[in-house]
Amino acid sequence: MVDILLPALGETIYMSFVSTFLAVVIGFILAIILIFTSKNGLRENLKVYTFLDVVINTLRSFPFIILMIILFPVTKFLIGKSIGTSAAIIPLTIGAAPFIARLIESSFKEVEEGVIEAAKSFGASDLQIIFKIMLVEALPSIISAITLTLITVIGFSAMAGAVGGGGLGDVAIKYGYYRFQTDTMLYTVFILIALVQFVQSTGDYLYKITKK
Amino acid sequence: MITIKKLNKYYDDTKVLNDISIEIKKGQIFAIVGHSGAGKSTLLRCINGLENYKDGSLKVNDKEIKELDKNSLREFRKKIGMIFQHFSLIQRKTVFENVALPMQLWGYKKEEISKKVQDLLSLVGLEEKIDAFPNQLSGGQKQRVAIARALTLDPDILLSDEATSALDPNTTSSILNLLKQINEKLNITIVIVTHEMEVVKQIAQKALLLEHGNIIGFDDTEELFLKPDEKMKNFLGESEVVPNSGINIKLYFPKDNAYQSFITAMARKLDMDFNIVWGKLEEINTHIVGNMVINLKVEDQEKVTKYINEHDIVWEVL
Repeated sequence: MVDILLPALGETIYMSFVSTFLAVVIGFILAIILIFTSKNGLRENLKVYTFLDVVINTLRSFPFIILMIILFPVTKFLIGKSIGTSAAIIPLTIGAAPFIARLIESSFKEVEEGVIEAAKSFGASDLQIIFKIMLVEALPSIISAITLTLITVIGFSAMAGAVGGGGLGDVAIKYGYYRFQTDTMLYTVFILIALVQFVQSTGDYLYKITKK
Repeated sequence: MITIKKLNKYYDDTKVLNDISIEIKKGQIFAIVGHSGAGKSTLLRCINGLENYKDGSLKVNDKEIKELDKNSLREFRKKIGMIFQHFSLIQRKTVFENVALPMQLWGYKKEEISKKVQDLLSLVGLEEKIDAFPNQLSGGQKQRVAIARALTLDPDILLSDEATSALDPNTTSSILNLLKQINEKLNITIVIVTHEMEVVKQIAQKALLLEHGNIIGFDDTEELFLKPDEKMKNFLGESEVVPNSGINIKLYFPKDNAYQSFITAMARKLDMDFNIVWGKLEEINTHIVGNMVINLKVEDQEKVTKYINEHDIVWEVL
């Protein structure tokens, strides 16, 4: 059993951490553009904002399993194949990026308007306001957002298992469901619970030490 | 130093500032007073370009603010510090880091920053809080940190937007004393926006009263309070309660007037009795000014007014 569960855990961690990392990078860039171009933003541009807004909402409204299937060609183009653990990273990233973009955007929005005004009053540039002030203030909230995303992606990755992505979700379905090995299924569930618990605790800890 | 001429400002179709023309001199403490929504904060923000205006002219040191491009505006703002009602400190930075921030963004050297921050924190009396975070400070202390931050780039002008409105009266008073000290020590022109008359009385030399974007008063602070006109009275929400019979005469005592003995001296001299029915003394800019209403018989009016005129006291019949 261990030889089945351990590699599966490895695959789950690999898929979810790598795609969360990529999603955070993309989501962060999207969030910065949203903040810059929003109404009364530092460089208001409603055309760009509305366009991104619609794209993000569209991507977020797809059920993940459908998004994965739609993205098969893209995945094949990027990775060379459309199934497997690495291949699952593409739809996971694209599914999670708009989600985290919204979360980071709202973390930025929570920064007190007065702080931004004060920064302007002593002559900070737009980039300084974003990176040296808003990012600093929003960091704890962004850490919470990343924690939340990582846990969501761990959940999504179980679905990726169903289309050949591997990981714990795959094990749960293959062994636990199709072969009626209830104990295997329970183990995978316990491992997932422990993993989620661990991620949440770590995230909470980081939030606590960054929040002053 | 700051010259505003025929300034108009609109939000969409609503006019928020109407034909404002004022002059603020170097070294002055100038108050912009009004109820909420009067346009006072908007006017203040026009001075450092946080708000724009299309109509009219606003010059600081002979520079027309609306003509500055983005980079010149940033450069220009170094010379204008600003403090806010809710302090606007960065919660995740220490007192030192908050005060150091403007200098860091402008690329000053580390040693220079460290020295300046220490000097300023000792000026505002918070040296021992240098490593504290804002949420470990009281409201008054936070505002002191914000004042130190506003002074890091050696500004000529300090703008204060309701800086004492979130503070209790004692703390307000100590912050105002600090501002006064800064004004005198560093010769910084201070423009304060407030809705609190006490603030105006305590430190402003000159005041502008705004209501719905219109100027309803613009004078030396003592003059404004000494003999308030109808609009000013409405603004202050004051009205005298005086008897209906006889004649009521209101006397205005300007600063440095030996008013204490005026009333009794008049009574003795004219050998006459009258009622003191209303009165008010106030400390404005460390001067005592006030007014008093006396009620007398109609037939005595002439004698009394003659006596008052001989003594250069401003008066009116209510």
